[in-house]
Amino acid sequence: MADAENIVVATAEKIFADLADPQTINHDKDGRWAAPLWQALSEAGLPLAWVAEELGGAGTDLADGFAVINSAGRFALPVPLAETLLAGWLLQQGGIASPEGAMTIAPARPKDRITLNADGTLSGRVRGVPFAKSASHIAVVADGGDGVSIALVEAAGLRIDAGLSLANDPSDTVTFDKVAPVTIKRAPAGFDQDRLMLMGGVVRGLQIAGALDQLLEISVRYAGERIAFEKPIGKFQAVQHNLAKLAGESAAASAAATSAADAIARTDVFDDAIFLEAAAAKIRCAEAAEKGAAIAHQVHGAIGFTTEHILHRFALRALAWRDDFGSESHWAVALGQRVAARGADELWPLVASR
Amino acid sequence: MTALRFDPIRLPGECEELRKEVRAFLAEEIAAGTFNPYQPLREDADAREFSRRVGERGWIGMTWPKKYGGHERTFLERYVVTEEMRVANAPVRRFFVADRQSGPILLRYAPEHIKMDILPRICRGELCFAIGMSEPNSGSDLFAAKTRATKTDGGWLINGSKIWTTSAHMADYMIAIFRTSPSTKENRRHGLTQFLVNMKSPGIKVNPIGQITGQKEFNEVVFTDAFVPDDHQLGEIDGAWKQATSELAYERSGPERFLETYYVLTELVRAVGPDPDTRSAEGIGRLVAQLHAMRRMSVSVAGMLHAGKEPVVEASIVKDVGTVWEQQLPHRVRDLAAFVEEDAGNRETLENQLTFAIRTAPKLTIQGGTTEVLRGIIARGLGLR
Repeated sequence: MADAENIVVATAEKIFADLADPQTINHDKDGRWAAPLWQALSEAGLPLAWVAEELGGAGTDLADGFAVINSAGRFALPVPLAETLLAGWLLQQGGIASPEGAMTIAPARPKDRITLNADGTLSGRVRGVPFAKSASHIAVVADGGDGVSIALVEAAGLRIDAGLSLANDPSDTVTFDKVAPVTIKRAPAGFDQDRLMLMGGVVRGLQIAGALDQLLEISVRYAGERIAFEKPIGKFQAVQHNLAKLAGESAAASAAATSAADAIARTDVFDDAIFLEAAAAKIRCAEAAEKGAAIAHQVHGAIGFTTEHILHRFALRALAWRDDFGSESHWAVALGQRVAARGADELWPLVASR
Repeated sequence: MTALRFDPIRLPGECEELRKEVRAFLAEEIAAGTFNPYQPLREDADAREFSRRVGERGWIGMTWPKKYGGHERTFLERYVVTEEMRVANAPVRRFFVADRQSGPILLRYAPEHIKMDILPRICRGELCFAIGMSEPNSGSDLFAAKTRATKTDGGWLINGSKIWTTSAHMADYMIAIFRTSPSTKENRRHGLTQFLVNMKSPGIKVNPIGQITGQKEFNEVVFTDAFVPDDHQLGEIDGAWKQATSELAYERSGPERFLETYYVLTELVRAVGPDPDTRSAEGIGRLVAQLHAMRRMSVSVAGMLHAGKEPVVEASIVKDVGTVWEQQLPHRVRDLAAFVEEDAGNRETLENQLTFAIRTAPKLTIQGGTTEVLRGIIARGLGLR
């Protein structure tokens, strides 16, 4: 997806290459890499790329932002760039301006709820919120009153219990106890929490696809370097076939995720076809993460199981990203129900419409 | 390693108009009783007439030059016709091989007068082609072929046999590779030449071979001094290996590489009804997501072909992932069929289809390049060989 001629993507990739090298980050026990990286991203306007200029952002196309996220996956980027992009996008749906600094979004799981109370405050306990501890603000979807609202909330006024994702990235529990939002607006007609979950799912799909791309590349490279039985292990047919399968999973994830991103970038309508694209992206990318990460580990052997090696940075994130904004099982049930409700003879027309 | 790319290609508007036409045509054919979309194991008595009508619509040789009877339409338009035919279970076998492979080979390698003679008849749906690759001791190892073409006055004499030759019993022509020289130490692929063979020539005997599905598409073809004229030799003498590798690229990534057992999924959705239990919903959701992702990969490759690229590795990936998927599909549908209510109206249809699809499944990862061969091609593309 990354397009070298695209200035936004090229800028992001240069910053990632200069300041987010996975090897450097892996060896930096003090976290000195983090501040310069975030500063460079902010100066380039990337965290708020999806926010219109009049609302404080860079006004970048959805397509470019998606490409940046795909690329961030390729670097297993451990800062809340995707989350801040999503938060800015969410706030923009409510016409709310974005503040500076890192943001995240809540809820991040389909069954968690935040409620708007009669007095205008927010209540609810939501788990698995990525990078909540390091965010200055949280963009929220809340139910209550007579519909759906979008709100900007200051993180300082929230109880945040730190947690870790499968990949050891922050994944926190956030408690809203009658919290007054900074701003709250009615969501546009048709917008609901599911819409945020699907958008988040596509974002995670793109990150997984990027990580798989990298898993393939480092596994192929390693197979060419590692000598066993007097030849590079990549010369063994069994290893070659495993890597070919990894290429297939990487390809499927990439096709599903970039297709969904492209579909969302092209339309404001949210119909069954867009639902199919978004849900299928999350489902297929998550399945690919499972199969692909297993092969990448198998090829690397014991060295890939160590903290010193960078493999886990990609493999564990690809697996962890499955859990956010609805797992593949969650979306498979929802997609299956929708397909069944449409009826057998409407399945092919739906698939063929993409 | 070169990065793999599967860009989100969308079919252009004219494809959707065409899709409507194809669907309307197929609905008419089904209504007229030409074929039964629910009955994959059938004698297509009307398949010859069906082929002619498809030809009349301009849906055979769609991308070929008009002067050869083609229609100069795009790869993407052809893609739409192919996928609609597959999903409807239409009897395409009689013309599909010529449309997909044989025609393009003739276009590239046959002399002008042969092209002018044969290609328009393919486009009219009048000709059926077979492909003569495998031999009793040469399957995936294409270059072990032994059936000989020996030079004679004005042409070649063929001796030996081909096997697993689909449709040979009804084919008008075969495009085959025969040995014209021994292989060399430097190049074991050397020495094979491609020929166009008129199946009505003397010296050709076709023996049917039954398949485990109950179908009889396979044949053994025995050549005894069968004469092939000089102008039926295609491409370079002893150099078929260069042609055979690009030829296989045509057939790797189309919709027929993941839709062959699709009908069981439709029937499962019908059987579970509008309000499935959680397990059925999840199972269907996953299969639909996989199908969608598969098709998006395949359309992406069609887009690359359309743009004049040669995505050999990407096409091999589509075939590998696609055929493994369509092979597993009937088994996954069978898992879910266990929860279908006993009184579901289409239970018997679903069970019959599952039986047929499960019997069909093993061949899907063998025909047109085995999974092992494909993964070897992919590994080479990754820089491992």
